[in-house]
Amino acid sequence: MRYLPLTDTDREDMLARIGVPDIDALFSDVPAGKLLKGPVDLPRARGELEVERILGKMAGKNTAASAVPFFVGAGAYKHHVPATVDHLIQRSEFLTSYTPYQPEIAQGTLQYLFEFQTQVAALTGMEVANASMYDGSTGTGEAVLMAHRVTKRRKAVLSGGLHPHYTAVVETLSEMANDEVVALKPDVSANEDILSQIDDSVSCVVVQSPDVFGNLRDLKPIAEKAHAHGALLIAVFTEVVSLGAVVPPGAQDADIVVGEGQSIGNALNFGGPYVGLFAAKSKYIRQMPGRLCGETVDSTGQRGFVLTLSTREQHIRRDKATSNICTNSGLCVLAFTIHMTLLGQAGLARLAEVNHANAVKLADALASVEGVKVLNDSFFNEFTVKLKKPAAEVVEVLAAKGILAGVPVSRLLPKAGLDDLLIIASTEVNTDEDRAALVAALVEVL
Amino acid sequence: MAETRYSKDHEYIRVEGDVGTVGISDYAQSQLGDVVFVELPAVGKALSKGGEAAVVESVKAASEVYAPVSGEVVEVNAELEGAPGTVNEDPAGKGWFLKIKIKDAAELDALMNEAEYQNYVKTL
Amino acid sequence: MLNRQGRPTQAGEAAHAEHATFTGNKALQQVEPLIFEIGHHEATGVDIDKPAPFKSRLGKHARQGEIGLPGLSEPEAMRHYVRLSQKNYGIDTGLFPLGSCTMKHNARLNEKMARLPGFSDVHPLQPLSTVPGALDLMLELARYLMTLTGMPAVALSPKAGAHGEACGMMAIKAAIAAKGEGATRNVVLVPESAHGTNPATAALIGFSVKAVPARPDGTVAVEDVKALLGPDIAAIMLTNPNTCGIFEPQIVEIAAAMHEAGAYFYCDGANFNAIVGKARPGDLGVDAMHINLHKTFSTPHGGGGPGAGPVVLSERLAPFAPVPFIHVENDKPHLIETRGEAPAGNKPFGRMTAFHGQMGMYVRALAYMLSHGSDGMRQASEDAVLNANYIRAGLADLMSLPFPDHPSMHEVLFDDEWLKGSGVSTLDFAKAMIDEGYHPMTVYFPLVVHGAMLIEPTESESKAALDLFIATLRDLAMAAKGNDKERFTSAPHHAPIRRLDETRAARSPVLKWEKPAPAKAAE
Repeated sequence: MRYLPLTDTDREDMLARIGVPDIDALFSDVPAGKLLKGPVDLPRARGELEVERILGKMAGKNTAASAVPFFVGAGAYKHHVPATVDHLIQRSEFLTSYTPYQPEIAQGTLQYLFEFQTQVAALTGMEVANASMYDGSTGTGEAVLMAHRVTKRRKAVLSGGLHPHYTAVVETLSEMANDEVVALKPDVSANEDILSQIDDSVSCVVVQSPDVFGNLRDLKPIAEKAHAHGALLIAVFTEVVSLGAVVPPGAQDADIVVGEGQSIGNALNFGGPYVGLFAAKSKYIRQMPGRLCGETVDSTGQRGFVLTLSTREQHIRRDKATSNICTNSGLCVLAFTIHMTLLGQAGLARLAEVNHANAVKLADALASVEGVKVLNDSFFNEFTVKLKKPAAEVVEVLAAKGILAGVPVSRLLPKAGLDDLLIIASTEVNTDEDRAALVAALVEVL
Repeated sequence: MAETRYSKDHEYIRVEGDVGTVGISDYAQSQLGDVVFVELPAVGKALSKGGEAAVVESVKAASEVYAPVSGEVVEVNAELEGAPGTVNEDPAGKGWFLKIKIKDAAELDALMNEAEYQNYVKTL
Repeated sequence: MLNRQGRPTQAGEAAHAEHATFTGNKALQQVEPLIFEIGHHEATGVDIDKPAPFKSRLGKHARQGEIGLPGLSEPEAMRHYVRLSQKNYGIDTGLFPLGSCTMKHNARLNEKMARLPGFSDVHPLQPLSTVPGALDLMLELARYLMTLTGMPAVALSPKAGAHGEACGMMAIKAAIAAKGEGATRNVVLVPESAHGTNPATAALIGFSVKAVPARPDGTVAVEDVKALLGPDIAAIMLTNPNTCGIFEPQIVEIAAAMHEAGAYFYCDGANFNAIVGKARPGDLGVDAMHINLHKTFSTPHGGGGPGAGPVVLSERLAPFAPVPFIHVENDKPHLIETRGEAPAGNKPFGRMTAFHGQMGMYVRALAYMLSHGSDGMRQASEDAVLNANYIRAGLADLMSLPFPDHPSMHEVLFDDEWLKGSGVSTLDFAKAMIDEGYHPMTVYFPLVVHGAMLIEPTESESKAALDLFIATLRDLAMAAKGNDKERFTSAPHHAPIRRLDETRAARSPVLKWEKPAPAKAAE
């Protein structure tokens, strides 16, 4: 077994040193009859080559995004990641290190966490950011719980533009904690009346922009009304690249901002691992979930970084902790930070511009297709179209032609009467040929 | 004449008339280590004996501070927000947490006096 | 003629005092500023062409003004992050005996497999007809996990251990509610020795927590549990092997007592590495257990994640598993993504996360399992236990064992009794280990012993590595007991940085870089 350094001779010598006759003597606390006599019913050990064959075969059955014209978004986006990123995150000292509990030998991790927190704060326009959550959806759940702690109220209002999976995560958490949730119905055209839902019983209002249908939302009036009633505005985004082009939530007076950071530095990975971004006004830092990295000095006065404000956390506060989160998304944070450092604000703004340009080109091209109607007034790199046939069927037919056209709304919201809607994303990876292929295929199918 | 009485949870209350000044004992601050944050209740809040009155955090620990007697919060030590280290430096003086209007002076009888508390600490 | 040219070839005189360098650098250890101090707002490390002019559809939402982030060119970025990496200790650097964290070798084959485009470059919402291999992989991983645990169901989607705990406890809460006992069964028993995540999780989902006292031998006794049982008890959260590194001898009786009282048994599977292929939680009466793929199945910790925390469930809890899950009908897998689509008999309690969980971790964990096989995984657990007990045998005469009556499993717990009077604390001892080239063990956890030192070597260490580790700890222990306090109290001396002021960090938190105020102009 290539991963196990002990030899049989070693094992015998070690058992003798310990003073037991055999290995099972060390398992003597396992109740009688519960110790297995031999290996379980699974295949025996295999060499690298065999493992590569088995997994390679499974991987080969899937259609990779890069292999086809690809327009799938709705919470995860296909972007180009510089080669440098994957090289650096695979450095042993990053890949095989632990949560930085011993700061003297983890300054590498701590410094990039500090850089990440600064980047996220700047991008969102907020005062402080934490060292990441699992992803955008779980971060949104945590943001709602945080708002409940701050306001000492237990009712959340969710916009109908919030990603349905995010809504489900918040609903699940709230149901378990006996908290109230008012989830507005799916709002394709971004004209829901969320303001009338806000009163003195509301803890927070959760609004996504760009929303799941791609619409850009004006958060400021919502923040104003929420604040007038002592409630918080939680602003959500699933496409972080949009922050290179649109007004950040911090400038619209959001209290907590949470989003999915996958687009920067991270692959699609069929849904995970991703990286949740979490930022807030600084007056709320002691109610924030997750790890925080802070600057300090060592005993000689040299600058260094440590995990701080850990009394909020589960290992000290136990049942009074702000969250039970422990492991988060360290390496995905690193990928995000490196990619963001390579982009800089100049590169991010350009990347966002290209995304927007590609989506506009596609929307314009689709608008001329018979049986396709673009529904959005405003959008960033994603928009929703109404088709004259059920979107899921159209997507299947196009997939068979080697084009991944987008996400049918019915995939996220079955039985919502929105079967003719398709969410289409276009990023920098799409070429003119990709767009032409999609348009041509739709013309043929519709 | 002010009298100071102590709870088993290491809160002290210094009584002057019907108002008591509440803080944590010197022993408590030494056990907690460097205090980094103190969360104080709102003025006007009604506290019941043994209920959570404040939270004190050191780098490695967070502890609730319980109300030694019932009553209404009439003043809190806002200075602690900017200088939590005062709790370590002068727990009995400038490091006080809050002042409480005592509802039932009889509740004070259940608390320890200085000598009793010092003996209690020796048993820990 | 004699040739007097050329370089000197002797080592020269040993310096008596260390010279401070002009730069602050120490050869391979370089001082590295923050990107905000070395980057520029105009700089970038990517080349992206400006698009042809087009009509913006951002409306009034277009960003005004600068973001305020610097960029670095590619060579600068490369050097920056490589230098940062050199300030980190990883498993590949040396022995990493961090108790309860299972820092075992991370095979690079697993990284390679996770990066196959068929896994890494597929979207969670692309048509399921285009990702049959992804569903195959999830099913195969589920089969391995269910077989190894002897449990009939698994919820794959939780993103880390604590998230898995929440998932398991939510399933328990849903099952209790389904029996109409939601209003009354709301107390969860948690032993004092538990991971902090356990009480935090229970509280998160609306349970109140009652502590189970620890026995003097480091285990939980069934009579102590029974004494707390009643119609208000929803579940017990018990770690097995426990956080003292001991297999709970009465676990079967405890499980039976819980079930008899109408309650459930949640097992914290953080320490599963001790018993993979040796004992199955399903045989012990467990109702739910999360598995940290980033511990037991070797997906890299990556400086604090990402992890994955699938939860295996008993027959009683299986119907309540959250979406998404794969339902196999007529040999055909269907991914069930919303509550409404659940086939009859399933009552999913909700959703833990967007999409389908940590696919990248699933691939790595399955690659680990396929490589080890049933025989290799059993051997790995035996070796992990053997290594821990070998360290225990090598140190027990010098350091104090709080629980000598039970064999250790995959980790051995010492307390600080043996350091009494030396002026050296557990923390000091840990910092001195850094100077000797080791990552310290877990310290001050579990809370049930004073000054805890929890050592978990894992199966990845050779006998020679263990012998050297034991010898080093013996040298340190002798020094601590001798008169060499300074070696410890001001350690580490040789790390990239000295001991850090955590009080200062917490009293006035600086959580991001701020542009320094411009220096006052000279008068």
